[in-house]
Amino acid sequence: MIYQGKQKIWADYQKEIPDDKWFYVRSCIRQNFFPGAERMFLEICRNVLGKDFYEAANHTTCGGIAYHCDTIPQETVMTIVARQFALMTEAGYENYVASCITSFGNYLEILETWHEFPELETRIRELLWKACRREFKKPKYIAHASDLIYKYRNEIAEKAKFRLINRQTGEPLKVVEHIGCHYSKMFPSKGVGGAEYPYVLCGMIESWGGSVIDYPERRHCCGYGFRQYHVKANRGYSLSNTHKKFESMEPYHPDMIITNCPGCPYFLDRWQYVIAEMEGKTYGQNGYGIPVFTYEEVAGLVLGYDPWDLGLQLHQVAVEPLLDKIGIEYSPEDKYKGLNRKDIMRPELPGVLKCC
Amino acid sequence: MGKLYDELIKDYRVKEGLKTCINCGTCTAICPAAEFYRYDPRKIVDTVQSKDEAEIEKLLKSDVIWYCGECMSCVTRCPRKNAPGLVIMALRNLSAKLGYFTCSEKGRQLLPLTRILTGNILNYGYCVYPDTFKWEDHVESGPVWKWHTEHLKDNFERLGANFKGEGPGVLRKIPQESLDELKSIFDVTGGTERIEAVEKYSEQKAGELGMDIDEYCRMTFEKISPGHFNSEE
Repeated sequence: MIYQGKQKIWADYQKEIPDDKWFYVRSCIRQNFFPGAERMFLEICRNVLGKDFYEAANHTTCGGIAYHCDTIPQETVMTIVARQFALMTEAGYENYVASCITSFGNYLEILETWHEFPELETRIRELLWKACRREFKKPKYIAHASDLIYKYRNEIAEKAKFRLINRQTGEPLKVVEHIGCHYSKMFPSKGVGGAEYPYVLCGMIESWGGSVIDYPERRHCCGYGFRQYHVKANRGYSLSNTHKKFESMEPYHPDMIITNCPGCPYFLDRWQYVIAEMEGKTYGQNGYGIPVFTYEEVAGLVLGYDPWDLGLQLHQVAVEPLLDKIGIEYSPEDKYKGLNRKDIMRPELPGVLKCC
Repeated sequence: MGKLYDELIKDYRVKEGLKTCINCGTCTAICPAAEFYRYDPRKIVDTVQSKDEAEIEKLLKSDVIWYCGECMSCVTRCPRKNAPGLVIMALRNLSAKLGYFTCSEKGRQLLPLTRILTGNILNYGYCVYPDTFKWEDHVESGPVWKWHTEHLKDNFERLGANFKGEGPGVLRKIPQESLDELKSIFDVTGGTERIEAVEKYSEQKAGELGMDIDEYCRMTFEKISPGHFNSEE
């Protein structure tokens, strides 16, 4: 096929994502805050779609957060990443998929730097051998986990029990999509749709029945800012950026937010709670917030998994208004139960933000 | 050319991130930090390319280089394909190496950051870990997180995590041999040396201020003085 004009430009931002046989590495933040999301990702890929996703028990952090908080030198993070690549090589895989956006950007930056400066790659290989007695091949393909759900979005839609449609009005749900900055702002050609028109989440939303909201601060950072969140004294930076996004999206009345970065949903969720408690302002209907989800959680919901198996009880903003709109059934009394419905109390209610 | 500039251009992030800057200010226009802090990435990049040793030293000792959130939004927009965010990272790296970071309030925060993040990596194999992400230091995480931290084991079990368990899975215990490999990587790549430098320079600063190092660390984590924000008079 010969691409011309806009088609040609658009084709430059498409990724030929391999279909199967992936070496999977986890995200520090997603494991802490959205443990059900990673479990759902592997459940969908392995058990629903029958793909080969391998996880090595001895893989570790990629060091990306420490690197972007400027606490470790570049050679340190590169050698940690080289060790991850060695584990992939030893396991016999060539396609590498990261759950984390910071990791995804970190891997791309490292491979690009090695490409530009081959002597540095040689030095890192020597350092890895000295430290760990390991050798590695570079991955043939690096993907972010959202690229895979994007690739499988139509298969998921075919198996879906629910669609992103308001069951009372029959209208598509209005969805804000938020892409992590390190997904495509550094290396636009590596993200589906590039930096200008990232399509990785839009594709899922459209395939599953929702409509995408375009709003002025759509591409603004969530405000994580690494050291601007991890140091208590700096958190006003993080809060201010999230606040700016919510003020910008408010007139469009979003039903929900979907994100692909592990940190963004945490900040977009928790800072809504803080804004409510500080200023008495809420962005959802009737005193609730706007529910924020990871893409794995949304995939799990449309496929009919129990919301509490997905871990949605760990969100501060209540998800029930969205579940009601879609028509997903849930058990309110089981929300905060442990395994086998063990009673483990329940969280206190916030002062302002309405929760269930 | 002076010594500091020479050091900076050895850094691959400067080699990659700074061709000739045309001073257009697009990076500042798109920058989330510039909207919030008294911060102008255009000026920083211009100072570096000026090769003015005294000005570069001033920069390395200032709060200014620590305002960036490393979101890299500037990288997408620079018409010259520069990466101001990478230049900032190189400046921070040099400031840490030379101990200049203790000259500014935002720079001094490198101590708690180093302790938290490298501690998590070397002790657990993660950058963020439940045992060290305390609700008391993160009240913004809300009552749901307070409840979660009080019922960690039950909640992780409920969600199918492998918290502190053997084998693969969410928050699995990283095998000791892997932690040993991480330590070894830190030793041969300058990671350990960096931690020691940050501790050494911070102890010196704490001594100057007549403070115990842990008390100093707490202060740097929490204290904020006037003068950082655009919104201030």
